[in-house]
Amino acid sequence: MIKITELTKSFGKFKALDEISLSLEKGEAISLLGPNGSGKTTLIKSILGLVIPEKGIITINGKEVSNNWGYRSQIGYMPQIGRYPDNMTIEQVINMIKEIRKEETVYDEDLIEGLGIKKIQNKTMRSLSGGTRQKVSACLAFLFSPDIFILDEPTAGLDPVSSEMLKEKIVAERNKGKLILITSHVLSDLEGITSHIVYLQDGKLIFYKTVEELQDITGELKLNKVVASLMQNQSSIQTVSI
Amino acid sequence: MRTIMKYVTLDLIRNKVILVYAIILAALSFSVLSIDSNSSKGLLSLLNITLLFVPIISILFATIYFFNSIEFIELLLAQPVKRTKVLLAEYTGLASALCIAYTVGIGLPLFILTPNLAAVTLLVSGLLLTLSFSALALLIFVLFKDKTKGIGAAIIVALFFTLLFDGLLLTFIYSFSDYPIDKPILGIVALNPIDLARILMLLQLDVAVLMGYSGALFKEFLGSVTGSVYAVVCMLFWIIVPLVLAKRVFRKKDL
Repeated sequence: MIKITELTKSFGKFKALDEISLSLEKGEAISLLGPNGSGKTTLIKSILGLVIPEKGIITINGKEVSNNWGYRSQIGYMPQIGRYPDNMTIEQVINMIKEIRKEETVYDEDLIEGLGIKKIQNKTMRSLSGGTRQKVSACLAFLFSPDIFILDEPTAGLDPVSSEMLKEKIVAERNKGKLILITSHVLSDLEGITSHIVYLQDGKLIFYKTVEELQDITGELKLNKVVASLMQNQSSIQTVSI
Repeated sequence: MRTIMKYVTLDLIRNKVILVYAIILAALSFSVLSIDSNSSKGLLSLLNITLLFVPIISILFATIYFFNSIEFIELLLAQPVKRTKVLLAEYTGLASALCIAYTVGIGLPLFILTPNLAAVTLLVSGLLLTLSFSALALLIFVLFKDKTKGIGAAIIVALFFTLLFDGLLLTFIYSFSDYPIDKPILGIVALNPIDLARILMLLQLDVAVLMGYSGALFKEFLGSVTGSVYAVVCMLFWIIVPLVLAKRVFRKKDL
């Protein structure tokens, strides 16, 4: 579905992405992991066309991303920080996005119901807490039931109940055969959601493996232990990448 | 594009800064216009208020607004819409809100108290100033990555056009006063939208004493009508050129 070939992007001297090649398929739930500044957000933003790569090609369903915008109708994006115009109400924000994508008329409003957004839809964005804004972002990402979900730190700042609900929704979508790309530092939240792990470091792709393979290599069962042992042990990262 | 514009304007007309801006302008216009029975004096005072406040408020407010909406613009760009459309929609939304505030603040009192051609000219020149300085703000927004630097640039641009430019023009006139510089000055004045707005208004009011050197030149060489058309066309360039440049830069900008 998403095919990335030799993607390179640098900001000044700093190489944010260095010759990344990846092929992500339907039905996969991929966790994008790596230390801070390893290029996760840059990779996501390149797929969305927010960052213009200097080299490399990204195709989605065979169509190239650069200088194209129609492909974004297949993507639901939940940003890391959701900030909206201060005086808009939640209802207005949702209606605006609906009007922008007016070709799509079937709405998936599970999250709007589930997260209790209907009750507070007349509040202005300025008056909302960070967590509530995060909920609005989640609702918008799932509203059009796209084929690809790109979620940047989806559970950060959510209360446990909402976070569980969002996770259930993600699993449900994955089981429908959608492609899900998540970055998160809360590894326990990814447990049970993720099927593959992409590990980036200093802009380089270290490995792209299924969770089972990694469990075999490290001998650990829990996802956070698996990743912790990989991160601490540079040599084991090398063995994995070979 | 119209959707985004509509919602941005709806958001901004409820913005406190915009409301206060409109109220202060309205209070100033009512008081200035009712003090003096001679409407052209009142219009002159309002012209000075416009030339002082409109550029600096438009450019500062717009720059801050654009930088604060970065995350929102990102979200919009993740939707199936064209990049440049999002940018222009943000601009038109913001510019309409500022124009509405100016029309309510200055235009309304003018039409109630002194409805004449000069009042229309003042309204038009104020609106053109609003449009061109918010276009400059958009250009600053796409050129700078950092909000603080962007606001700094906005302040410098505003000060340059309100204060520094006239000083430089005077220095130029003094140092080349032995040469026939009348025509070059007509060209140089076109480099400052604020001067253009001033001349546009003064040609209408016919107060030659207050026109200054460049204004008198306009009158002498171009006459009132041609001079006004020239000034308006130049001001339109001050809107279009920054917008086109901003669009160009934005196409390649990383967010």
